[in-house]
Amino acid sequence: MDILISGLLLGGTYALIAMGLNLQYGVARIMNLANGEMLVLGGLAAFWMFVAAEISPLLTMLIVAPLAFVGNWLIYVFLLKPLVRRAKNQGQLEVDSILATFGMSFILVGIMVMIRSEYFTYSFLANPFEILGSTVAENRLVAFGAAVLIGLALYLWLNHSRPGMAVRAVSVSPDAAKLVGINVERISALAFALGGAVTGVGGTLISTFITLDASVGVIFTMKALIIVIMGGVGEIRGAILAALILGLVETAVATLIDPGLTLASAYLIFLLILLFRPQGLFGRRST
Amino acid sequence: MKQVSWSGIVLAIILFALAAIVPLVANGYHLSVAVTAIMYVALATSWALFSGPTHYISLASGAFFGVGGYLVATGMSDYDQSFWLMAAIAPVVAAILATLIGLATLRLSGVYFVIFTLGLAEMVRNLVSWIQNNFLGSRGLYVLTDFTEAHIYWMLLAVCVVIYIFGWWLSHSRLGFALRIIGNDEAVAKHVGINTALSKVVLFMTTGFFAALVGAIIAPRYSYIEPNQVFSPELSFLVVIMALIGGTNRLWGPLVGVIPFTIIWEIISSNFSNFSTLFLGLAFLLIVYVIPNGFVGLLEKWGRRLRA
Repeated sequence: MDILISGLLLGGTYALIAMGLNLQYGVARIMNLANGEMLVLGGLAAFWMFVAAEISPLLTMLIVAPLAFVGNWLIYVFLLKPLVRRAKNQGQLEVDSILATFGMSFILVGIMVMIRSEYFTYSFLANPFEILGSTVAENRLVAFGAAVLIGLALYLWLNHSRPGMAVRAVSVSPDAAKLVGINVERISALAFALGGAVTGVGGTLISTFITLDASVGVIFTMKALIIVIMGGVGEIRGAILAALILGLVETAVATLIDPGLTLASAYLIFLLILLFRPQGLFGRRST
Repeated sequence: MKQVSWSGIVLAIILFALAAIVPLVANGYHLSVAVTAIMYVALATSWALFSGPTHYISLASGAFFGVGGYLVATGMSDYDQSFWLMAAIAPVVAAILATLIGLATLRLSGVYFVIFTLGLAEMVRNLVSWIQNNFLGSRGLYVLTDFTEAHIYWMLLAVCVVIYIFGWWLSHSRLGFALRIIGNDEAVAKHVGINTALSKVVLFMTTGFFAALVGAIIAPRYSYIEPNQVFSPELSFLVVIMALIGGTNRLWGPLVGVIPFTIIWEIISSNFSNFSTLFLGLAFLLIVYVIPNGFVGLLEKWGRRLRA
């Protein structure tokens, strides 16, 4: 029962991060390997604000979101759009964007190490809370709640608004979207920026209950990628289910076997997906 | 197909002879930089054999290198085997591992492969540490041999020669031709009857084999080995950067990238270690935005312009 509850709570936050990456990869078609660094940056902001001015991470979130949005928008427009334009095919763009975002991820890690090379340790709402007979920390619950609210808002926006519909159209087919008068480049930039903002906020939330450090980003990039692939690229519902599964499996492995094996368990899931359902749980097989 | 050019062979032999006498004229610090450089020449060149034509960015070098070093260490410390036996077993184990990874990921699009190799070194490290802590007991392992840096250097040079001969043979073989077609257009390759998955897996296997061999040979240099040290994700990235900076369209391309980069990296990591990560990031951006075909591509472009 303990495993079930903390696994689901962890999975909820993972879902938010994966949603961010899904917007970037599923819509803007950029395999962003600096995604985890965006998350850590969100965590660093929360730590910094809390230690320096005792500002609650929930408020920091409101600052992180617009900053990450603008930052990612600038990255897309100035660094990634030239790559999209020069690429002759999808494969070329993938290789270029992978290398370019590697570069960005290293640069971000380098900068963050200069700001703070130790763990971002702070204690926010670390009180026990009784739920369904098992005890969890309040911060996990709050983070989960915030993740659910943001995820829900995003889902509604995507499905019930005009710009949301444009984003979904680009995700299905950029070429067809162009034909019906959607400005694909602008929507891609919007999706990339939004994805970055969601990931940054996810980092702020995660930092309340997981201690981050400057170089941990790549692990979260891995996890987000595994979730996105498991759920099916561009599938929000698939990503949520996949995130919950990963959260549960990781928590189970960490409690029952060894906390050092969480990455290995994520890999096991990844391997099973690749072998048996490479299009993802909800994805359709491409022809 | 190109004809064998005698001037190329003579040049290669002269370069090899010059490389072979390095340990006789250099010592101490310079020799140790030379060992590092020749290690990266072997790693980057064998990396480029696979990633050059296919454009699949493999980040598995660190994992295979680690498997090589770790197997030598555990074999010598825990099971009293000789260095030679372990150095022969390690590459075979890595090749099997590479085959399994290749079979799982290379049937699909390149992205899955990159993602899978991205965390591979870290995952294998976690797994090995866990096995060691729970079942084997000891944490550090000793690799005690009579090898000097010069011996290690010559062994690595021999590995390089094998890789170059293999690479030369590959570029003239049906397999190499198939890989170039796959790199240009995988759909076309499939339609003309190339078994694309098999070709990729075979070549990925050889990359894994050589990376582990290098890891095994370099192990005596450290004498004390623990998983955290041999499974370094950083190594995978360095190999990618060096190969791409040099250029992967020519067999000797990575060589052009490795030598200057090793020297710069040596300076930066010993004097400005705070900036090393930042520097790696800038190197990646340099590759993507300024020299997408590497130094070799740049030189060839200038060469064409001069002749025109």
